[in-house]
Amino acid sequence: MSDTAVSLPRVRTREVAIADYGAGNLRSLSSALVRAGAEPLVTTDAKIVREAPLALIAGVGHVESAAAGLARHGLDVALRERVAAGRPVAGICVGLQLLFEESEEGGRGLGLLGGPVRRVHAPRVPHMGWNTVTATRPSELLADVDGEDVYFAHSYAAEPTDTHLVVGSVDHGGPIAAAVESEHVAGVQFHPERSGAAGGRVLTNLLRWSRSA
Amino acid sequence: MVKKRVIPCLDVAGGRVVKGVNFENLREMGEPVDLATRYSELGADELVFLDITATLEGRGPTLEMIGRAADELTIPFTAGGGVTGVEDARSLLLAGADKVAINRAAFDDPAILEALSAEFGSQAVVCAIDARNGEVVTHAGREPRGREAVDWASEAVERGAGEILLTSIDADGTRAGYDLELTRRVAEAVEVPVIASGGAGEARHLAEAFEVGAEAALIASIVHERPERLPELKAELREAGWSIRS
Repeated sequence: MSDTAVSLPRVRTREVAIADYGAGNLRSLSSALVRAGAEPLVTTDAKIVREAPLALIAGVGHVESAAAGLARHGLDVALRERVAAGRPVAGICVGLQLLFEESEEGGRGLGLLGGPVRRVHAPRVPHMGWNTVTATRPSELLADVDGEDVYFAHSYAAEPTDTHLVVGSVDHGGPIAAAVESEHVAGVQFHPERSGAAGGRVLTNLLRWSRSA
Repeated sequence: MVKKRVIPCLDVAGGRVVKGVNFENLREMGEPVDLATRYSELGADELVFLDITATLEGRGPTLEMIGRAADELTIPFTAGGGVTGVEDARSLLLAGADKVAINRAAFDDPAILEALSAEFGSQAVVCAIDARNGEVVTHAGREPRGREAVDWASEAVERGAGEILLTSIDADGTRAGYDLELTRRVAEAVEVPVIASGGAGEARHLAEAFEVGAEAALIASIVHERPERLPELKAELREAGWSIRS
């Protein structure tokens, strides 16, 4: 038996590539994904982001600086290519906003889903704290999560052109898209890694969705 | 509707949680991440870690502790103390904090708030303001700065702060209730959430703070001595009709 045979990489279906654009808290998301049974890898490597069983866009900041951060390493191209090839991509918080198009905050997302990102209009902005997510239709992402409180921290929100993409809604000065799901692209506006047991279920659901996507 | 938040605050000095009255006579309360995990299990909506010696002694933030907290906790937390600018904030956020609190450095150079919000987004930037009789004080309450806290809060928000952590130095540790007048004035002056801080002794005090417009209430002494008080407080607030996470 040759050395190359034993060193062949194993198929890693639980691997999650977290696209690193240089800002934000990716450690708590990594820890939460490990708890959900995944093998997260924070990376700027375009090949890994393109090929991993699931790619995640997460973190904090502006759509504009995040998009620039992704482009710096060619991760924007890698993410588009993987969706074109039918491989799943998910976004969390500003990562969800990055899936869409023009942002009122300035800048432009990846355009993987249609619709703008607009400022939240409510007496208190940012929309900050625990709020109840309501399932608007059956979905994989929010299975067993309907009516739970999850943690939000944002001033902008996506407004999908195709309203059928919205699988969960939250009320803050009016309805806001809390979760979106399509065949290969999904996202949540809240922070599952900071949303207690309900958030843990969302991450487990997300991994299950990615295997069937 | 977004829930009102109850936020235990852990003042950290030398790797231990401490609590004093009016920022003096500090007493040890335990290991920060252990206490934080306990509070999370007991229903804390969020947590704040303040390294209260960092600015005074010129030490960097305790990143190792923040990293462990990020791994252990499933609720959000803010880290503060000794934050002087973008690089300190980046270290804390990369270590795993969800938000950073900045106090004196922002007051001394308000442009820092613009840099922080441009880099990390307003939702990650908490401007901490300590006040005595409505006036901004810094250096753990020892230096009056000759500016109305309401005025400074408004500027801080215009410059990019996404939340105001408003502490009444006079009320801190007394358990006699929050400075409601100041909390009301700041909550009316700004669009972002205001966290009332300093003086919580019972559920009524938190309800009063919510009534004058605070979105969240910081607590310390009452839960450090008996952590089981936390779910009781939240239950009492819920019974009084406040929208509180169960």
